[in-house]
Amino acid sequence: MNHSWLERNSILLLIGIICVIAVGGAVEIAPLFWVGGTVEKVSGMRPYTPLELEGRNIYVREGCYVCHSQQIRTLRDEVERYGHYSLAAESMYDHPFQWGSERTGPDLARVGGKYSDQWHKGHLIDPRSVVPESIMPPYKFLFSTPLDYRDVQALLKTNREVGVPYTDDQIAHAKDDLIAQADPNGDGVDAFEKRYAKAQSRNFDGGNGAEVTEGAALIAYLQMLGTLIDFKAYHADAPENRR
Amino acid sequence: MAKREVDEVSGTETTGHEWDGIKELDTPMPKWWLGIFYACIVWAIGYWVVYPAWPTLSGYTHGMLNHSQRDDVTANVAALKSARSVKEAALRDASLADIQRNPELQQFAMAAGKTLFGDNCAPCHGAGGQGARTYPNLNDDVWLWGGKLSDIQHTITVGIRSTSPDTRQSQMPAFGHDGMLKPVEIGNLTEYVVHLSGRPADAKAVARATKLFADNCAMCHGADGKGNRSMGAPNLTDNEWLYGSNREDIADQITNGHGGEMPTWGGRLSPEEIKALAVYVHNLGGGE
Amino acid sequence: MQITQAKTAQSPWRLDHYFVPLVIFLGLLAAIVEAARSPDPRMVMQAWTFGACMAAFGAWYMKTYVGRTPADEKNFYADAVIKAGVIASTFWGIAGMLVGVIIALQLCFPHFLYFPDLPWTNFGRMRPLHTSAVIFAFGGNILITTSFYAVQRTSRARLFGGSLPWFVMWGYNIFIVMAGTGYLEGISQSREYAEPEWYADIWLTLVWVCYLLTFLGTLWKRKEPHIYVANWFYLAFIVTIAVLHIVNNLAMPVSFLETKSYSLFSGVQDALTQWWYGHNAVGFFLTAGFLGIVYYFIPKQAERPVYSYRLSIIHFWSLIFIYIWAGPHHLLYTALPEWAQTLGMTFSVILWMPSWGGMINGLMTLSGAWDKLRTDPVLRMLVVSVAFYGMATFEGPVMSVKAVNALSHYTNWTIGHVHSGALGWVGYISFGALYCLVPWLWKKKLYSNALVEWHFWISTIGIVLYITSMWVAGIMQGLMWRAYNEFGFLEYAFSEVVLAMHPYYIIRAIGGLLFLTGTLIMAFNLWKTATSGQPVAAAQPVLAAEAA
Ligand code: HEC
Ligand code: HEC
Ligand code: HEC
Ligand code: HEM
Ligand code: HEM
Ligand SMILES: [Ca+2]
Ligand SMILES: [Ca+2]
Ligand SMILES: [Cu+2]
Repeated sequence: MNHSWLERNSILLLIGIICVIAVGGAVEIAPLFWVGGTVEKVSGMRPYTPLELEGRNIYVREGCYVCHSQQIRTLRDEVERYGHYSLAAESMYDHPFQWGSERTGPDLARVGGKYSDQWHKGHLIDPRSVVPESIMPPYKFLFSTPLDYRDVQALLKTNREVGVPYTDDQIAHAKDDLIAQADPNGDGVDAFEKRYAKAQSRNFDGGNGAEVTEGAALIAYLQMLGTLIDFKAYHADAPENRR
Repeated sequence: MAKREVDEVSGTETTGHEWDGIKELDTPMPKWWLGIFYACIVWAIGYWVVYPAWPTLSGYTHGMLNHSQRDDVTANVAALKSARSVKEAALRDASLADIQRNPELQQFAMAAGKTLFGDNCAPCHGAGGQGARTYPNLNDDVWLWGGKLSDIQHTITVGIRSTSPDTRQSQMPAFGHDGMLKPVEIGNLTEYVVHLSGRPADAKAVARATKLFADNCAMCHGADGKGNRSMGAPNLTDNEWLYGSNREDIADQITNGHGGEMPTWGGRLSPEEIKALAVYVHNLGGGE
Repeated sequence: MQITQAKTAQSPWRLDHYFVPLVIFLGLLAAIVEAARSPDPRMVMQAWTFGACMAAFGAWYMKTYVGRTPADEKNFYADAVIKAGVIASTFWGIAGMLVGVIIALQLCFPHFLYFPDLPWTNFGRMRPLHTSAVIFAFGGNILITTSFYAVQRTSRARLFGGSLPWFVMWGYNIFIVMAGTGYLEGISQSREYAEPEWYADIWLTLVWVCYLLTFLGTLWKRKEPHIYVANWFYLAFIVTIAVLHIVNNLAMPVSFLETKSYSLFSGVQDALTQWWYGHNAVGFFLTAGFLGIVYYFIPKQAERPVYSYRLSIIHFWSLIFIYIWAGPHHLLYTALPEWAQTLGMTFSVILWMPSWGGMINGLMTLSGAWDKLRTDPVLRMLVVSVAFYGMATFEGPVMSVKAVNALSHYTNWTIGHVHSGALGWVGYISFGALYCLVPWLWKKKLYSNALVEWHFWISTIGIVLYITSMWVAGIMQGLMWRAYNEFGFLEYAFSEVVLAMHPYYIIRAIGGLLFLTGTLIMAFNLWKTATSGQPVAAAQPVLAAEAA
């Protein structure tokens, strides 16, 4: 065995290591960007509204992903409990993805519309007041902290830079849209709903609507999870969707 | 420079190198180790031949089986559904009387309803359906919208003040908040409601509120305060409360109106599942 | 043993004397600019933290280097930085495990251990603190420390770079502080084991490149013709982590004045990039690096030659080649295309033997010295760790098989697997190395062997409680989620399964508490060794450098 030329030259050893470790990643990851059907063609997906995006940032910030998955696997019991298995297309605007790796709490991929805003608020403030056996932490402070959305336009813009198809119009009206979604009585709701299909505009935290709380943003995010794709128009058995 | 020597303990040669006193033996690789290693590789190659495995420039190798786990799960769910389908069909078409006559069907519905209730309803109505503040108790015979099997089934399907276009809808006005009643009037009405539920109340206030109640409340809660199920207006005489029994709670309700949301399940659960849930809820104790 | 003159005599033009102060200066400047200009309160907090760290580092550097040559530079080997690393890793080990016990207790007693008005105490923020503290703070410091120690001895050369190793040590620990305080403030990219935000990532990249340079430079300077196998593993660990770290953290900051960034990739591509990283953080941080420890410390402590040179070669190259492919086993049955799942699963199974190659070499190095296991608890710890390594790397391939992962994924089984690797393998090998290093570095006899015995047995009971409870809990969880009743409907609601976990969570917390207790005993023992142990004659060559 002639290994000694590698053992005697640290640079050769280094190059050898780099070559060897480069293969696997390249073969597995790179094709995901070109192999057709990796991300299914679906109807209904749209980028997050500014309020939902802010809510998502809070979801990330609070580390909800350490307990909650957002990925329904192609297994019978999961499909029965949580709904249609997750498609790659459903997270195509997710920077980063939130599939999670633990299910200390239930999967949230399709939690949108499952409960009322009021329930979410009560549950987030004190999970055990509604679900006595829960071990989820309380997030009371979210409802006393006003949402800091001064940079919401920059958030959308950054997302566009990494590939989310926000339009100029959506970026220009980011702040108006955020306010409109949280306060359905204000003006601008119609324009907002035109910019974001299937978006729900409500007073998510039951507050006065004038001041948007972090809790409202988080609930807006939770309430849209899994609601976008039109599964009636999706053909699971079409060859391009089999993968 | 490499000075090979024989290690006394193992009788094996060293490689002749030494680092900080550490030497290496030149033991051959264990045979069993190599054997298992090769076996794993062979197994993997076999797996690649049979299953989708390698990316190509335009797609990937589908493997001899042309397998798809998405097909698998669709087939598995379909198989399960078809195994349940006879009973499910029977359940869907059965009337309350049919179900009560047929213990097997009843058992089937309860078995389906139990876990569905735990995953979908218990977060609001409690694990045993006992309810909580603002979330009605489903065990008792007090019903907002009706306790017949069909009422319950309809409530679950469309929800109450939900996002469904067919939702059960009604909203108690926020009499105080919207300035329709003055605080004094609300105080009097509160006493009136307390009186309705059979508890001691300030008789003078009750007297002053009698007309107020008839003018503002009777249209929903009925002249006698016994409620109106077509509007989901609760019975105020039974001393069972959704929003609390004490005077502050009642005054708060008159001031703000509330109106909780029961989500719609029509899009999320199948008609059979909803029927099973309705049977389950009906069986919790209060079904009519 | 041949004694060679140290070549580190003070040259007035040593590059590190410009580089390190320049980095400190620029770091301070960046901190001040951020603190003054950022509209983001979290960024301002981080800037102050970073500024304070830089100031401390700067003050230390001035005190140590300006106008004088520290005593350590006159020695043949750079050991002062290693002593610092020993202290840092012990400290972070205790901190990380303490947080582990806290979060374990939170899951047992949510009524008492959550504080609705204190966001930073929440499980979601504390859990990444635990994982980063044990893996990166504890494990990372151990790796840097032991690699610095081993590479010098096996190369017979002083660490390259003058004060550069000190920059690596300070810089790395400053990264830890930034990451940890960041989590508590709610700064996270939500990429498991890569949670720190973009600015901390950039800082770590700089530190890591310097680490690579120090390590490689020492290899360049070596007096031994061949590079010792421990150093192959250390080198593979260092460069691969560099590659993984950079690619997985590619992200676009919202602004240079804000903490928030968005990753370059999204959805399914992002998921695989993350788990390519996450899995190989296990493979190269928690495995290859620690195998470096095995290859130096076990033969040293057992005073036996390494079992098989040929096995070293084959298992080294196959291990690093195959590990990279196994990432998709974290994404089985998800929206990741099936072909990638197949590759992940099959390569994980192939990975079994390359992993066991390290175990065989570690265990069989004891042939002829098995009796030492009875008398030398430090050696026992090292060897038991290799056995746990073998267990975790058998369990891993099993869990990678799709049919098994269908059950185990998302459950506490994964947590059990993690901790059989983390407590048994990473924990024990680190403890063993610390027990070796403190007497060697401080040139003292270990204060108490009996305390090592106590440590060993208490923490072994702790591990057993931890992993058995999580196995039972995980398998039960998986079975309950998929259980069907006789009518073909799901048997259990999710919350019933949450409730069923309660007793196992309590057993786990007790196990963790025992493990932490063991670590505290170790810290005490090491402290006593360094401060009041019996001195022993220097075993390593020490030589004064020529006067500058
Ligand atoms: C310690 C783990 C933990 C963390 C962290 C956590 N949760 Fe939970 N979550 C749970 C558990 C356990 C349940 C199930 C019991 C319950 O409903 O409370 C749950 C339930 C939920 C549900 C109801 C899901 C359903 O379908 O019934 C939602 C929504 C939710 N969590 C959202 C969140 C959000 C948002 C965050 C972060 C801000 C979060 N959770 C953080 C453990 C956690
Ligand atoms: C988000 C919380 C929530 C969830 C989840 C929920 N409910 Fe309800 N439910 C309510 C509220 C609130 C009401 C009362 C609405 C009102 O005030 O009229 C209600 C009312 C009802 C009623 C009518 C009670 C009556 O007295 O007429 C029934 C029946 C019912 N729910 C059954 C269910 C079932 C079955 C499920 C699960 C599939 C479920 N609920 C899930 C909140 C919920
Ligand atoms: C438009 C119909 C309507 C009118 C008018 C109305 N209510 Fe109601 N009331 C309701 C409904 C519907 C509910 C149940 C609210 C819910 O389910 O969230 C309710 C609930 C209540 C409750 C709470 C019962 C409980 O169980 O906690 C009280 C008390 C009450 N009404 C009193 C009044 C009084 C007093 C008036 C007149 C000033 C009045 N209501 C007028 C529809 C009405
Ligand atoms: C042959 C070696 C190994 C293989 C094939 C392997 C395989 C796996 C698998 C299949 C999972 C579960 C993924 C999931 O279902 O989500 C996992 C998780 C994990 N393993 Fe291993 N494992 C190996 C060795 C190790 C070792 C030695 C450690 C050391 C500590 C380790 C640490 C972890 C960690 C930390 C996770 C959790 C990742 C997460 O956050 O989800 N593994 N491993
Ligand atoms: C005192 C000892 C320890 C205790 C009590 C402890 C406890 C915990 C707890 C409670 C979790 C969260 C599990 C969950 O979310 O369900 C966790 C996760 C984790 N711990 Fe520990 N831990 C300890 C030591 C360690 C050590 C020494 C390491 C590594 C060297 C480690 C590595 C990890 C990792 C990688 C995870 C994440 C696992 C995953 O995401 O799959 N832990 N630990
Ligand atoms: Ca995890
Ligand atoms: Ca990062
Ligand atoms: Cu892995």
